[in-house]
Amino acid sequence: MIKKAGFITLMLVLTFSLALVGCNSKEPVGNTKEPVGNTKELTGNIKLAGSTSVQPLAEELAMKYMEQHKQVKVDVAGGGSGVGIESAVNGSANIGMASRDLKQAEKDATPTLKTIVIAQDGISVVINPRNSVSNLTLAQIQDIFTGKVTNWKMVGGNDVNITVVNREEGSGTRGAFEEIVLKGAAYTDKAIIQNSTGAIKTAVVADVNAIGYISMGSMSADVKGVQVNGIAPTTDNVVKGTYPISRPFNFLVKGDPNEVTKSFIDWILAEGGQKIVTDQGYISIK
Amino acid sequence: MLNKKKLNKRLVLPKAAEAIIRPILFTSALTAVFVIVLIAFFIFQKGWPVISSYGLWNMLSGTVWQPTKEIYGILPMLTGTFYITLIALLIGIPFGLATAIYLSEIAPPRTAGIIRPAIELLAAIPSVIYGLFGIVVINTFMRYLQRGLLSGILPPDYQLGYSVLSGGIVLAIMILPTIINIAEDSLKAVPRAYKEAALALGSTHIQTIFRVLIPAAKSGIVSAIVLAMGRSIGETMALIMVIGNVTALPQHGLLSVFAPSSSLTATIALEMGYAGPQHQAALFAVGIVLFCIIALLNSFVIAFTRRGGQQQL
Repeated sequence: MIKKAGFITLMLVLTFSLALVGCNSKEPVGNTKEPVGNTKELTGNIKLAGSTSVQPLAEELAMKYMEQHKQVKVDVAGGGSGVGIESAVNGSANIGMASRDLKQAEKDATPTLKTIVIAQDGISVVINPRNSVSNLTLAQIQDIFTGKVTNWKMVGGNDVNITVVNREEGSGTRGAFEEIVLKGAAYTDKAIIQNSTGAIKTAVVADVNAIGYISMGSMSADVKGVQVNGIAPTTDNVVKGTYPISRPFNFLVKGDPNEVTKSFIDWILAEGGQKIVTDQGYISIK
Repeated sequence: MLNKKKLNKRLVLPKAAEAIIRPILFTSALTAVFVIVLIAFFIFQKGWPVISSYGLWNMLSGTVWQPTKEIYGILPMLTGTFYITLIALLIGIPFGLATAIYLSEIAPPRTAGIIRPAIELLAAIPSVIYGLFGIVVINTFMRYLQRGLLSGILPPDYQLGYSVLSGGIVLAIMILPTIINIAEDSLKAVPRAYKEAALALGSTHIQTIFRVLIPAAKSGIVSAIVLAMGRSIGETMALIMVIGNVTALPQHGLLSVFAPSSSLTATIALEMGYAGPQHQAALFAVGIVLFCIIALLNSFVIAFTRRGGQQQL
């Protein structure tokens, strides 16, 4: 009761105040154009849910797919890899998205679940080109990002402090890096937070002591990608499976998917879909 | 015949026009109120569940912000917002007032003709440009200072270039136009008789400015300051780029001006992009806090200028 009364009073006060705060709203993408009279047009809805790392790519793929198939509506929701597996199993989504391999226990519990790799994603650890360090072990990277190691001297560099640059909470790259490199440990709270690949690069270029991480597709010459356990961060090494900071983007389907879902997946795995994968900065499975 | 028609038109048209124009004007005026109610409604609708389940006090006094783990302490951002604003005001007010006094009282018209457009240009520069300037110039300089002269007394995590002080400096430049324009207007609005009387009683020009004009323009100057404060609390983009967005409380006394920090607006803008539903609700809850702060500040301005106006009568 008190809470409700407080709420109403607050609303009244705010109603009469003259303050103005910007409001951010995302417009839904809707295409209401007339369909071109194709002879055999697929119709239906496809629901995707799961990993927020796969989500941006899946949204892009869905958008392009819907441009070509006007009668099909593809919905992409987030929730995380766990939600992806769950919703594929219980049928609340046609396709579950997961940005990691299924654990053995999960595989045992859901024998009907089929895993389809649609793309690979590698994460480069980047430092300033003037930094003399060029190789770090996965354990050293973990120590740097948890705050255990704070000086470049401790990992073979100059005697200067390390500026850790991290992504914001909720970022898929941050989540993946946390899973693969930190393995359950927590990030240091001393890290600078930037909310885009570009901003991470700017921060690393500006500060000779900085270290950050970005999706491999966004690498450029102004930052230096360190070797991890002696393996260079290249697409080839990800495909070979030797570069440790990489992950598959998985679609999970239960049993045999319906016609529309199957068409969507086939379309992604074909050349056109894989070109979008590459264009978005991820690694094609071809 | 023709004349009669013309006369009729003249008589009838204005009345008809009035009947149409009035409601149009009224609706336009109402739109502002409607929009404010709508914004408040949606922010509260989305954010209130988090505040009521997590507890307002828990949120305001919590020092850990980990929205993906459902920990929503916003004290570091709250502190950062006010700390950066304080620094911005400490730098911006003296500069702004001095400029306003110079422009309204001392500057020859030709000099004012150069300074005034420059200030207007300053107000028109998008905040992302200020942010770039902050990263490239101010943060580089700060880093140089922190790792050189001050490296002995600053802890390592306060040597990053990103700092409360950089944010304060960038904001101070951004709020200058607000302070200068409003303060200058209120100085100019002081009745001429006050100045003439002061001069006639033998005070010098500078004495007149500081003893008569500024006290008389007090309410305008205070609103200038509070509006500038509102602007700096609401600023987002430039801050994201220069303060480092570290959600930790500033420590080590006065040295904390060199600490990287975060602000309420910066956190919302940073995290909204990839936020899941629960995380998003938490960001709306931060929005509610911000909304209330700005609303309070604005009501203060309204109350103060009203009171000030009555005093002058």
